[in-house]
Amino acid sequence: MSGGAITLRGVEKSFGATKIIRGVDLAIARGERHAMIGPNGAGKTTLFNLISGRFPISSGTIEINGQSIHGLPAHQINRLGLSRSFQITSIFPRLSVFENIRCGLLWARGYRYSFWHLLGGARALNEEADQVLERLGLQDRRNVPAGLLSYAEQRALEIGITVAGGADIILLDEPTSGMSHSETEHAVRLIRSVSEGKTLLMVEHDMNVVFGLADVITVLVYGEIIASGPPAEIRANRAVQEAYLGSEAA
Amino acid sequence: MSADTTSTAPLAAARAPALLRRHWLWLAAIVLALAIPWLFFDWSKGRHSGFALTMLSEIGLMSVFALSFNMLMGQTGLLSFGHAILFGLGGYCTAHTLNAAKAGLFWLPVELIPLAGGLGGLVFGAVFGYVVTKQRATAFAMITMGLGELVAACALMFMGFFGGEGGISTDRVTGQSLFGIEYSTPWQVYCLVVAWTVIATMLMRLQTQTPLGRMANAQRDNFERTQFVGYDPRMIRFYQFTLSGFFAGIGGALYVLVYEIVTFDTVAAAKSATALLAAYIGGAGSFLGPFLGTIVVVLLQSGVSLISNAWLLYVGVLFIVMVMFAPGGIMGIVARHEPIARMGRLGELAVPYARILPPGLLLVLGFVTLVELAQLATIGSAQNKSLAIGGQPIDPHNGLPWAIGAAMLVAGGLWMRREARVFRARWDALMEEAKARGLPV
Repeated sequence: MSGGAITLRGVEKSFGATKIIRGVDLAIARGERHAMIGPNGAGKTTLFNLISGRFPISSGTIEINGQSIHGLPAHQINRLGLSRSFQITSIFPRLSVFENIRCGLLWARGYRYSFWHLLGGARALNEEADQVLERLGLQDRRNVPAGLLSYAEQRALEIGITVAGGADIILLDEPTSGMSHSETEHAVRLIRSVSEGKTLLMVEHDMNVVFGLADVITVLVYGEIIASGPPAEIRANRAVQEAYLGSEAA
Repeated sequence: MSADTTSTAPLAAARAPALLRRHWLWLAAIVLALAIPWLFFDWSKGRHSGFALTMLSEIGLMSVFALSFNMLMGQTGLLSFGHAILFGLGGYCTAHTLNAAKAGLFWLPVELIPLAGGLGGLVFGAVFGYVVTKQRATAFAMITMGLGELVAACALMFMGFFGGEGGISTDRVTGQSLFGIEYSTPWQVYCLVVAWTVIATMLMRLQTQTPLGRMANAQRDNFERTQFVGYDPRMIRFYQFTLSGFFAGIGGALYVLVYEIVTFDTVAAAKSATALLAAYIGGAGSFLGPFLGTIVVVLLQSGVSLISNAWLLYVGVLFIVMVMFAPGGIMGIVARHEPIARMGRLGELAVPYARILPPGLLLVLGFVTLVELAQLATIGSAQNKSLAIGGQPIDPHNGLPWAIGAAMLVAGGLWMRREARVFRARWDALMEEAKARGLPV
């Protein structure tokens, strides 16, 4: 278990009387590309919200880089080196595309709540933000308010904000949802490149993306893990086929 | 770029025009601010018009206040109904500091007195900010409203600090100055107000370009996302609130220097509302919007109030019209012309604009006629006011002027509707074209 990027032990989450996550144990190693799949309502996004500190857990423990996140607010979990994206695009719509990326960089580069640095003069920071834009393929849209971007561009920006600060654990919640075929291909290339040498955990519905990207796949059904292993193993797993893949393949 | 910071003389000379081009708006504003009083100068008596200087000073100090208000509303998305408490408390701190300096407790030049107000606003901003910034959106607005009432009530209870209904009087002529200026004339004080308005405005402008300023925008757009880039949105709100308190306090200090008295109405809800009106009318979405809005509001407040009892009604109607038809304020209207200007086709709007002008004027004239008749018939008659147009006295109890006013209003309205349709069509066509050219609309 030691050296794990994300470790979950007996994690449970209830909303009122409804148990959404029912005892999840999961260990994600450093540098692993890990995908989580499962039918709608399985609790994938809820699990994301627990790991990133958006919701508190009801019982169990979660460790990020060996440190328990019990009681930590979301921004402190982020400072431990975990960054996430959202299923429903969550950007800063009135700020320019460039500003969006730069906001993703500020804390990581130590600017904190400074009101004495002028960002116009922060050359290293601005160059870094421009480099991220270039990787995203958004340099042409640099000064456009983010709210005016197309859907696929906003999804790319969402990933950009998430990875800009250089967090070593990246959580992507359905990064390709709602994208066309070619947009998805572009997004997969992008995810592959930005997660190079990092730990990636993603929720995804597109099986081509999942089997193309992931080293390890975990299947979550009704708040429980029914299988976890390399893609080939998951493909061959009967329980998974019944619960999930079967209906997709048919 | 860094090479030219070792500025040799020719390089510096080459940069001067560039600097001028970048900052011409600031320079023009300063020149204008210092020139306008001379338009009202009484050459026969050789002195400035006290009324004009007071009004201009009011514009200066209120614009600092409105801009500090907009650090919360426009930039952080926090609507405060009690921002005047920071303005007023800054004012009280200033008055006490000024009195202490006058009494010889310490030496503090008048030029630096606004810092006392700023410091007061900063401290109170931190104290109140600690409480209110736990919340955002509606809860924030409600708490600030409660705090506003609380402080206004305190102002009448704690005589020592607030001086009760009479307030705290002070004397700005302390004989302490960096430049040997007495500040005994309104002109000298006005120059000080201009200087501090420029300093405070520039600092607030620069603040928007700092990490905190940008994250305040981010917090406004999507507070939850800020957490997932490492920021605590509550701390963003707290620091921003505290800093806006500093600038509100400077506004309050200038108020004290101009009027030499501070009373509880500087902390009252009406003062907060003035900042809100100014920010909305000018445009909260742009940095300079509240400044323009302040000019409009103060002109109505000081200018129109001399002529008409109904000035507050005009402010209210203007506010409603702006919120309904131009939620981006004056600056918003200007900004919407940008794509058309970029196509170089602003000229095509000249005729449509000229065509809506007469019905617009008729509409306003009809409305003003009715309002003025109403106020003459009610409070005006009690004040023995009368109205005469071209030497012809108008009797508000006669039906004819009312009929004329109503006719102008209705005719203007109908005519306006027709012309507005023509305008709309032209506007939409230009916008479509801008969109087709890929300009952000």
